[in-house]
Amino acid sequence: MTGYLFLAILALSLVAFYVGRSTANRFVAAHGAEVHSRPLYHGAFAAVWVGLPALILVVLWLLSQDGVIDRLILASLPSSLTEGASTSQLSLYLSEIKNVASGRIFSEPSPEIRAAAERYQRWHAIAGWAMVVVALSVSTIALYLARVRMAPKFRARQNFERALDIIMITSAVVAILVTIGIIVSLTYEALQFFMLVPPQEFFFGLNWEPQIAIREDQVAGTGAFGAVPVFTGTLLIAAIALIVAVPIGLLSALYLVEFASERFRGIVKPILEILAGVPTVVYGFFAILTVAPAIREAGSLIGLSISPNSALAAGGVMGIMILPFISSLSDDALRAVPQSMRDGSFALGATRAETITRVLLPAALPGIVGGVLLAASRAIGETMIVVMAAGLTATLTANPLDGVTTVTVQIVTLLIGDTSFDNPKTLSAFALGLVLFVSTLCLNVLALRIVRRYREKYE
Amino acid sequence: MSENTLTTPKPFDWSSPEAAAIRKRRYAADRRLRLYGLASIITAIGLLGILIASLIITGHTAFVQTHIAVEFTVDPENVPADDPASGNFRAVVADAAQKLFPDVDDAAEQRVASRILSNGTPNILRDYVVANPEIIGQTITLKVPASDPFDQLNKGVIDRDLPEDRRRVSDTEIALFETLEERGLVTTPFNWGLFLNADSRFPELAGLAGAITGSFYALLVCFVISFPLGIAAAIYLEEFAPRNRWTDLVEVNINNLAAVPSIVFGLLGLAVFIQIFGLPRSAPLVGGLVLALMTLPTMIIVTRAALKSIPPSIREAALGVGASKHEVILHHVLPLAVPGILTGTIIGLAQALGETAPLLLIGMNAFLTSPPGGIMDPATALPTQIFIWADSPERGFVSRTSAAILVLLGFLIFMNAFAIYLRQRFERRW
Repeated sequence: MTGYLFLAILALSLVAFYVGRSTANRFVAAHGAEVHSRPLYHGAFAAVWVGLPALILVVLWLLSQDGVIDRLILASLPSSLTEGASTSQLSLYLSEIKNVASGRIFSEPSPEIRAAAERYQRWHAIAGWAMVVVALSVSTIALYLARVRMAPKFRARQNFERALDIIMITSAVVAILVTIGIIVSLTYEALQFFMLVPPQEFFFGLNWEPQIAIREDQVAGTGAFGAVPVFTGTLLIAAIALIVAVPIGLLSALYLVEFASERFRGIVKPILEILAGVPTVVYGFFAILTVAPAIREAGSLIGLSISPNSALAAGGVMGIMILPFISSLSDDALRAVPQSMRDGSFALGATRAETITRVLLPAALPGIVGGVLLAASRAIGETMIVVMAAGLTATLTANPLDGVTTVTVQIVTLLIGDTSFDNPKTLSAFALGLVLFVSTLCLNVLALRIVRRYREKYE
Repeated sequence: MSENTLTTPKPFDWSSPEAAAIRKRRYAADRRLRLYGLASIITAIGLLGILIASLIITGHTAFVQTHIAVEFTVDPENVPADDPASGNFRAVVADAAQKLFPDVDDAAEQRVASRILSNGTPNILRDYVVANPEIIGQTITLKVPASDPFDQLNKGVIDRDLPEDRRRVSDTEIALFETLEERGLVTTPFNWGLFLNADSRFPELAGLAGAITGSFYALLVCFVISFPLGIAAAIYLEEFAPRNRWTDLVEVNINNLAAVPSIVFGLLGLAVFIQIFGLPRSAPLVGGLVLALMTLPTMIIVTRAALKSIPPSIREAALGVGASKHEVILHHVLPLAVPGILTGTIIGLAQALGETAPLLLIGMNAFLTSPPGGIMDPATALPTQIFIWADSPERGFVSRTSAAILVLLGFLIFMNAFAIYLRQRFERRW
């Protein structure tokens, strides 16, 4: 029904457009050149006035409707049920009511629940129809108001352009809202976590065992939330990735910029870019299908026992993934070095290798460092490779042949299939997410600043 | 006092053996560096080659499927003519499986025989009979998928020479299957099911239809939101915004947003869309919203680049004939920037298509045996389907996973090729 409502609003805007345009056409016929704006703008003005408020209204309505109805339903439950009930109990009631309302009945529900389910269905239907009525009447009133304002001297173009300005500014604000949303939601949930688990335990504790009993009768650990092994695991895997990617990426960029012919470059560069376009879930599958068994076999040949999800396999494959970033950013940095510096070096009789190592690399170093930092931030935030190829147990080790776990792995495993937001296990994922966000943000800001400042030096 | 203090350097003998040795060393260093560079390029391309080769080697077998031609007697006793959908098709299939091996009497061996046909055979038969109710009472021959172990056996993935206890099919099963082969009942046609079926617990029936529809809906939502928002924001920032601290902040913010790990967007979606707004879990709507927020910075950045590349002379000419600032942009600059914007959009959507982690967090990894009907239904997407299959223990899912990856890469290559085509077709030099 919502889809049809959107179509109806669109159709009404079109109608408004034609109404506006034909009205203006009549003005033109009557007053000639005295009409301020072209008929097209009268139409556009009417269309924006009719479509936009209704659209915003519907979106806001849809976003808030379920929450409001849920709260009303809970309030309407008899006090014998809700008195002294915890939030999780209330949400249990709510999901039971919704299940009954949608016809998924597993056991005979209590009469209160059944009545609430009926109310739920009724209110939903009422809310749906109310939204349609309100939206359509808002559109109609807007159409009437727009029509009333139209006159030969009416500045329709300016009015329409002001609406455009508002739309554009709102869109730009959305980008900021996303950032604010990330920060607020992460800190809010993380604060709730830190009320249950003290921050010093999280940041300095050496034991990570987030499995806790969800029901009281369940057998499970008591939960330990010392995140140090998770952080060190993340750093270990990112370090392995950088050890693989930096030399290969840098040397290939050097070769492409300094030695390769235009044709060779034209073929190789797109091929390297394919590596960047491969989805990370593919790399993850590659790691468990090919790389991890190969590393295990190589280890058993020389008598080493290697864990099936070793940090080496995950980090190595991640290295392949970030390789194109390093090579293309180094490529940019090397190309930004002015030709005159190369020419000067050659004029003194230096060979190409000497020019590269003594002149180009020092000159391009800030750009390359920026690229490596960006790649490091990617390696820290990368999810799928490590979720599929790295381990789940948090061990405090620096041995790349052991299985380690990472921040992203823990976030995914903590949140898959679990939606209650009131136990420390789920909330700890948000604390980890906050750490991840802050650390990658710092790396990114630093890297972007280095890269930008350095570019300006030569431009 | 006029003594000349300038010292001429010692004459250097360029042809001396020492000089030759130095030269040789320097040239060797030069060649070495060149070699290292070439070696790393070859390594990088080799790794890509290994990646693709390993996917093709494991994945190509999933594009064909072993079928067995079976005679089914659709007995009116089992399948009532007035309501064929409620018939006992399991019994019909069991009968047919027995008749497949008329000379096998041993009960244990017959149980083995019935395992050759896929577990989904009754459903396939039911769908066929419901579509063609006139065949009730007749005997028909249908080609139905073989179950996974026999599919693997037929494709040669299971080695018949291995000792029996290390194989998934016993000697008896191989012998029975070979009699079918001798009678010419076994065929391996192209596996349309891979594209037409939704997910299933049985590898021989599992397909990508659900994942492809889910990905399509999510990308649709992503496009509908991020495309207009991105273009509007970019036009504002590039053409209208004053240059001050605030717009600087917005710009830095957008650049940073483009580099935020995707899983953080998943956390945002989980906390905001699902917990606060109460949108349904696993729905393509939420997936698309999260992907849209991720694509938005990319959209803004590419649109700004496209707008920046339009020369000022166009704007000045339009302003000169009396167009307003908005008219300059809507009538002149934007149409010229469209190819660049579209190219960037397609590349941004291609990235969104391959994104997995945020979709996992909002639950788009549900096990669903039918494709979603709309943006509010639970769904999976291609990358999350790959993730689910990669986790499945059955041997048949390994090749399915590779095949799904090949399909995903196929979509990505198609999108990128289309973007390149657009760029070349509409590229304009000023």
